[in-house]
Amino acid sequence: MAADPKQTHVSAEFKHEAPFITCRFDPKGRFLFAAAEDRSVVRWDLSSGAKTVLAGHDSWVGDLAFSPDGEWLVTAGYDDTLAWWPAAAEKPEPARKVRAHEGWIRALAVSPDGKILASAGNDRAVRLWNLSDGSPLRSMEGHGGHVYSLLFHPSGDFVVSGDLLGQVHQWEVATGQLAGIFAAKALHSYNRGQAVDFGGVRGLSLSPDGKHLACGGLHKAENPLGAVHEPIVLRFDWETGKLLQSHVQPGLRGVAWRVLFHPEGFLMGASGGGGGGHLLFWNQEEKPFHAFKLPDTAREFDLHPDGLQVATAHYGKTVRISRMAPKPAAK
Amino acid sequence: MDGCARGCGSEEHRIERRKFLGGLAAGAMAGGLGWFARPATAARLAKEQKRMVVIDMHGGLSQLESWDPKPGTDTGGPFRAIPTSVTGIQISELLPRTAKQMHHLSLVRSLNTKNDDHGKGTYMMLTGRRQTPAGQFPEIGAVVARALDSDDRALPGHIKIRPSGSGGRSADSAYLGPRFASISLGEGKAPENSACPADLSEESVRLREEFRRKLNDRFLERRRTAETDAYTQSYEQAQEFVKRRDVFDIALEPEKDRQRYGPHDFGRHCLLARRLLEKGITFVQVRHSNYDTHNENFNFHLEQLGEFDGPFATLVSDLAERGMLESTLIVVLSEFGRTPRINQYYGRDHWGKAWSICLGGAGIVRGSVVGATNPNGTAVAEREVDAGHLFHTYLAALGLRSTGHFTVGGKKIPMADPAFEPIKELLA
Repeated sequence: MAADPKQTHVSAEFKHEAPFITCRFDPKGRFLFAAAEDRSVVRWDLSSGAKTVLAGHDSWVGDLAFSPDGEWLVTAGYDDTLAWWPAAAEKPEPARKVRAHEGWIRALAVSPDGKILASAGNDRAVRLWNLSDGSPLRSMEGHGGHVYSLLFHPSGDFVVSGDLLGQVHQWEVATGQLAGIFAAKALHSYNRGQAVDFGGVRGLSLSPDGKHLACGGLHKAENPLGAVHEPIVLRFDWETGKLLQSHVQPGLRGVAWRVLFHPEGFLMGASGGGGGGHLLFWNQEEKPFHAFKLPDTAREFDLHPDGLQVATAHYGKTVRISRMAPKPAAK
Repeated sequence: MDGCARGCGSEEHRIERRKFLGGLAAGAMAGGLGWFARPATAARLAKEQKRMVVIDMHGGLSQLESWDPKPGTDTGGPFRAIPTSVTGIQISELLPRTAKQMHHLSLVRSLNTKNDDHGKGTYMMLTGRRQTPAGQFPEIGAVVARALDSDDRALPGHIKIRPSGSGGRSADSAYLGPRFASISLGEGKAPENSACPADLSEESVRLREEFRRKLNDRFLERRRTAETDAYTQSYEQAQEFVKRRDVFDIALEPEKDRQRYGPHDFGRHCLLARRLLEKGITFVQVRHSNYDTHNENFNFHLEQLGEFDGPFATLVSDLAERGMLESTLIVVLSEFGRTPRINQYYGRDHWGKAWSICLGGAGIVRGSVVGATNPNGTAVAEREVDAGHLFHTYLAALGLRSTGHFTVGGKKIPMADPAFEPIKELLA
């Protein structure tokens, strides 16, 4: 069944005791995991609705990643630590914890063959790990600011990282050498009056044909400390690094916390901020072909393997699943 | 006179101290105000040359990300608490270098200023009083300069180092008059119009001054008043000030010190503060901006406190190593704290009901904590403190009798709000 973004509607809600930060479906589509401000990761069994709380970090969890077979969940803590969990266990406990960075770990990515885990964070380093045993493989340094986002290229040859300053680095996995830089400068600004750097590459995604790299974040940061800014996604040509398009939603206050190419080729972003929560859908054009307003501000989002369900993490202590398909007929 | 072994040891410093001693004696006779806690020890105070440095965390530092962390609670946010050099005191992990200086510092964790407004909060924290239409009160810098500076000082006693702006005098001395108003050093630069024009030779300056004095003396023979005396004194101080302009030049500090403080603005401004204090400036206020983090509080505190921690810890350490901590009161304050509740933008909003400051040095007990908040920081649980208490405490720590008064136009005005008193458990 093809996705129909214009038919998007909320189909399920899951509650917790704390605001949510991010969420991910496991690769098999059995579970929805969400990290919350109470340091926990919450798992819901999508078939039964059963809720399980995973507690193992000494701070918030910033990102979640899985082995391709869905057996292992890796969580990135703001406590400098990576934790490996048996994703489907009845009562998951960390099977392994690795102190991986100095400071927050903000982003994770797993290689397509499932052998390598990439992590990155406030120490500006991108580190590669053996996913099966947590042993270190390589560390790549060169970012000038905190690293916010990661992406593994489908070939497995490159890992891509985006930072606070709007720099996107393309690293060779085999050598650790820097292969290229995408200048996503529009995603960063320095506000002299407030003396703050702001913005950053909050999300990265590669188009299904491998030709376009999308970098999500914010622009028009008129008042960084007051949340006055708008979401933006920059589309680059993967081969040449040329900026092809700036996808925006003029007048909407917020940030594109994450960006994903749908397997059918359109681009999706979840925006949250002063303008509330929205799922934004773009084709090649500057402005979205559809914007779906969520009940309250959204933070991150994820796409189910079925290509139809979108999970959004909300400040209002709720994770929602929205379905990009017509509502079922009332019985 | 001792002291240079405890200060910078330079000839300049000795001269400055000599002026201070002389001025103090003159001031005591002329004013007879009895400001000092123990008048008999005025000579001792002079010998120690009390000073004060305030770090203004502009916009409202989050107490939860600094002095009163609550990790693992619904309000705690993502940062952890770390141990300090004082057993039993923990502060935010964002301040690892400051944590190592905690034995020189103390915390007040029970401020309730009942105010969430930037302007009113700043006024309250710097004057120790509520802002009312009835009248203005001088800021702590003006009060300290008035009480501790000598009358014949060439250098200003009340200086504010700001990250931006062009400088100039501020209207912050109220009834104490413009002489004690702060001089701002915008971007840490020397005061405006303080450089002698490059095309004027020393000889031409001398001749101009000689001519000015002749005219001035002739005028004074017939029309001398208190105002003309003050004007003459101001002019002569300004001339001396121009000669001493290098006091504001941190390029004259050793390269290794400039590296230790760091290349960013706040690092340079802390080094400038150290230099000014060493050169005898009585009160220096350094602004670090900006903490008004309604949005992405945690990212911005990472950024701002990452910049604050090193230079501030270096300043505390340097003052201690140079023997100046006994005579220099250090205060880190804001206009208010930030809400325990984390908002939808990962921000924290204005919060004056339960927050913290850090202080140390002259007259302050080291390594202690006054007051406490409840487990998730939403209310003061022990020893509630107001800005008025703090103002009294600053004066008392500097050896002044905080219940003293200024006489202005024949009217006695209390130095500090009589409704409050010093926090006695903080006083050494």
